[in-house]
Amino acid sequence: MAKITGAEILVKSLCAEGVTDIFGYPGGSVLPLSDKLYGEKALKFHLTRHEQGAVHAADGYARATGKVGVCMATSGPGATNLVTGIATAHMDSIPIVAITGQVKSHLIGNDAFQEADMIGITRPITKHNYLVKDVKELARVVKEAFHIAGTGRPGPVVIDLPVDVQLHKAEFKHPRTVAIRGYKPTYKGHIGQIKKIARAIEKSKRPVIYAGGGIIISAANSELAKFARKANIPVTTTMMGLGAFPEDDKLSLGMLGMHGTAYANHAVQESDLIVAIGARFDDRVTGKIDTFAPVAKVVHIDIDPASVSKNVQVDIPVIGDAKEVLRELNKLIKKGNYAQWHRKIIGWKKDLPLSYKNDSKLRPQYIVEQIYELTRDKDVIISTEVGQNQMWAAQYYTFTRPRTWLSSGGLGTMGYGFPAAMGAQVGKPESVVFDIAGDGSIQMNIQELATVVTEKLPVKIIILNNGCLGMVRQWQELFYDKRYAFTILTKGECGLCPDFVKLAESYGAKGIRVTRKDEVRKAIKDALKEKGPVVMDFHVEREENVFPMVPAGESISNMLHGLA
Amino acid sequence: MDKFVISALVENKFGVLARVAGLFSSRGFNIDSLAVGETEDPDISRMTIVVKADEKIFEQVKKQLNKLIDVIRVQDFTGGEYVDRELILIKVKAGSTTVREKIVHIVDSTGAEIVDIGKRSVTVEDSGDEHRIKALIELLRPYGILEIARTGKIALQSDV
Repeated sequence: MAKITGAEILVKSLCAEGVTDIFGYPGGSVLPLSDKLYGEKALKFHLTRHEQGAVHAADGYARATGKVGVCMATSGPGATNLVTGIATAHMDSIPIVAITGQVKSHLIGNDAFQEADMIGITRPITKHNYLVKDVKELARVVKEAFHIAGTGRPGPVVIDLPVDVQLHKAEFKHPRTVAIRGYKPTYKGHIGQIKKIARAIEKSKRPVIYAGGGIIISAANSELAKFARKANIPVTTTMMGLGAFPEDDKLSLGMLGMHGTAYANHAVQESDLIVAIGARFDDRVTGKIDTFAPVAKVVHIDIDPASVSKNVQVDIPVIGDAKEVLRELNKLIKKGNYAQWHRKIIGWKKDLPLSYKNDSKLRPQYIVEQIYELTRDKDVIISTEVGQNQMWAAQYYTFTRPRTWLSSGGLGTMGYGFPAAMGAQVGKPESVVFDIAGDGSIQMNIQELATVVTEKLPVKIIILNNGCLGMVRQWQELFYDKRYAFTILTKGECGLCPDFVKLAESYGAKGIRVTRKDEVRKAIKDALKEKGPVVMDFHVEREENVFPMVPAGESISNMLHGLA
Repeated sequence: MDKFVISALVENKFGVLARVAGLFSSRGFNIDSLAVGETEDPDISRMTIVVKADEKIFEQVKKQLNKLIDVIRVQDFTGGEYVDRELILIKVKAGSTTVREKIVHIVDSTGAEIVDIGKRSVTVEDSGDEHRIKALIELLRPYGILEIARTGKIALQSDV
């Protein structure tokens, strides 16, 4: 068999894994690889304008398509620029493979030019990582990396590849199978435990399903819907689980937690049985942990044993894949009669709906609602940044399908939304992709405007421009005596907000400014007609807050409600 | 806080010790001791880890260790039958002949061994379970312990 270079082996391996798109940035230590990717027809290279853009794009691509996202950067600063994005993917269990160049093998450990210990740096924020020192191992490593990233509880895998190994030659054979003796995820749930769940449901009077991102990862949304409807149990989802259950269904309680709906939080708190599926009892969901669902028995279905009884003591754990476990469970479920419970929930929904002041002012919640109203018949993907924009998007857009919500949940990464939207648009060219942003976070990866314009990716950026870092400002208003330390972007010592319309135009994108409520619908319609990317700068009320809100460290029963 | 003994079979590859140690430090788990060496299969190493934790944290330690791709199997020895040994070297002050004689007497009666004699000190070697090692240290302490080196516990499950 003819010998080929490491760079060629990598490209052939990626193609064999079905990779069609790779996001990246060139540099000295990936020159051989870039050279092989140049002109490669089966594998399109998307040049971002910053490595962070590349890794978030790979992440957004993965969330939107369900495939493994791939990004590439050179050694040293290129690789360290991926770190935030890798940590983002790790926290949210997103499958990506990040390929980093490394200095020549014999220079590793010598503080060589553009050297950084990527294996050491990314060890706690990856599912696994590899330094490939021998070109003969490369094909196996790539195979394993994709397997590890995409199976079980997914996550990011880094392949660190010294530049000389990219040039060394070996015979190439794509391995058909992997054999990793330390990695064998459990997919099939224990049937005895599943029977226990069915019995617990029959006995319960006030059950709630608490569904997380695991439903989306496992593509278990139809099984979840069947389970909820058959058993007649209300469903709340985590932020990561938005789209796992249709929010226009009468059984939907929307999102729970810090900025969840009042009826979801009250239902959880009064419930006598919580059925958690693919969720991990994050502190933003539970609030003060020892006050969480005080009378409920807890069922937890999860593929990751380490998530079970980590934060909340679980009564009936089932380790397995959400889809497989729900399939089994659905065979055992009978229709429950919870009329009294449903009446109570309807009462909460009536008394404590999500609401804002619907007056003549331009308010961010209204904009999000209008985006939904004007696009509900289309295939829409909503990406967000982090902060108020994210929470309003989560609250006021009605999510009905999985893989339509891309947001950094665990790490809370500002600057995530725009490049993620870009990656999603690459993976889903027919979808309408929005990035719902704030004027703060959009500036964290604004350079990617160059990428979307050159690649003709028609991402629509909605800037809910309140001239400040709104969520932090909100906390300062409520808990720091209105001392707005370093959060007002338009005045004082840190005050400058760019003209986003001119900025968009300077990149060759369309810019639209909206300052009045009655202009919103037309502006969105105009943006939808536009073939290229659009930046929409909505000048919204500065002191608008996200409600309900559970102050950090308090019980989720103690929600603050706005004055609307 | 209790002490728990776990034995982890891991891939004998570079970087695996760092993964295990990194897991403990990043999650705030306390390691009392950690001993690592090759097994009967040269591709596999055994790590014997003594963990100080409460029951709930210890459950997490085991689960998180199992999650590492390079960890093949985690055995929990706590509460079960197992044999454990630790090797210790203790350098004790021994300036005068009388002190030397007393130390020799202790060493002989405990079954330890003197492995080095200097002008002002002797070095004692012993191996045994935790109780035996602790007893020897306490017997020698009154003479002035200059330095101690110990391997950390290694353990195997009993064949019962």
